[in-house]
Amino acid sequence: MQVQLSHPARTVEVKGPKKVKELLRELNLVVEAHLVIKGDDLVTEDEMLYDVDQIEVRPVISGGNQAEAEVEAKAEQKPPTDSSSTLT
Amino acid sequence: MNCTKCKTKAVIGLPRHNAAFCKGCFNGFVHDQVTRAIKSEKMCGKEDRILVAVSGGKDSLALWDILLKLGYRADALYVNLGIGTYSEQSHAKVTKFAEAVAASHGATLHLHTVEQEAGAGIKELAQLIHRPTCSTCGTIKRYQFNRVAIEQHYNVMATGHNLDDEAARLLGNVLHWQEEYLDKQGPSLPASVEGFAKKVKPLYRLSERELAAYAVLNQIDYIVEECPMAKGSKMLQYKEVLNRLETESPGTKQMFYWGFLEKQSKKQPTATTMTEKDRAVLHPCTSCSQPTTAEICSYCKMMARASAAKS
Repeated sequence: MQVQLSHPARTVEVKGPKKVKELLRELNLVVEAHLVIKGDDLVTEDEMLYDVDQIEVRPVISGGNQAEAEVEAKAEQKPPTDSSSTLT
Repeated sequence: MNCTKCKTKAVIGLPRHNAAFCKGCFNGFVHDQVTRAIKSEKMCGKEDRILVAVSGGKDSLALWDILLKLGYRADALYVNLGIGTYSEQSHAKVTKFAEAVAASHGATLHLHTVEQEAGAGIKELAQLIHRPTCSTCGTIKRYQFNRVAIEQHYNVMATGHNLDDEAARLLGNVLHWQEEYLDKQGPSLPASVEGFAKKVKPLYRLSERELAAYAVLNQIDYIVEECPMAKGSKMLQYKEVLNRLETESPGTKQMFYWGFLEKQSKKQPTATTMTEKDRAVLHPCTSCSQPTTAEICSYCKMMARASAAKS
């Protein structure tokens, strides 16, 4: 099956049939940090995937926010910032 | 795997809740979690004017979508940071959502472009003032978000911080023993002084994976690419560690963050104490009048340094 991955964007070929959780394990990806999309549908970890399927494994993590700024400010021994929230 | 509630085919399993849901029941679960967060933390009411900080990512667009569907009066602010194609794409996603979804609820999108005011994008600004980009970005976003809220008379500012964001931030603060930040890690911060709007995080009960699933299931077109400035950030490392723990032991993230909140709530009446603390140390910036602990706020200092470096 064709599996589309991100960060960086690439496509890999994986032999089916296999369950979603087996696919993630084979790709060394953590379930909690990814969604698996078959065609246009979200699928659960026990779903069986076949060679004809078009699969996207989408990472769900985004980062770089106030905690990062605070840790960096501390590392530089700078004073704390004025307030505590930012955009995500 | 079948839906725990209606027994039809599930689209997502939630090990931390020992449950699985179909699309309809999952949307109900997400809306219920946000409603519980808003009510338990007294974040806002249907009469409040809410300003949502949107970035084009899944969390902030999902938050805007959820608040509108729950019947809240929520407009949004997008800050264009000027990070090349990343900002162009995220701006396009926000505009698309505002026109296709938010407009039908009578909601408005506000826009602030960093380059227009500062004369440079975020990366160039950070280089000019010799500060990390994420730190510069945080200062600008906080400042502009609060400025628009105050100027446009919004009484609540909402951000898309989720359970993963808060757990990772808590881990970072604990690892570095930054106890001074722990008081402000709650999901609802009061409008402690004049010039500050109330800040809330209605998504703190939902994980990043659940919010990505909500966006996919509801055809919310968000920017999947990571911000190029955040690559290798400590936050991403903390999240990775927490997700490995979560996969092995479901519920770890919520036990860590919600447990912290529970301990904090028993320790002190947070809102009052925080308000008192803020009132003791904050006063208007002599340049722009926004509250600050110094004579001139960090945003005005930053802009002055950038201006001096350019000339």
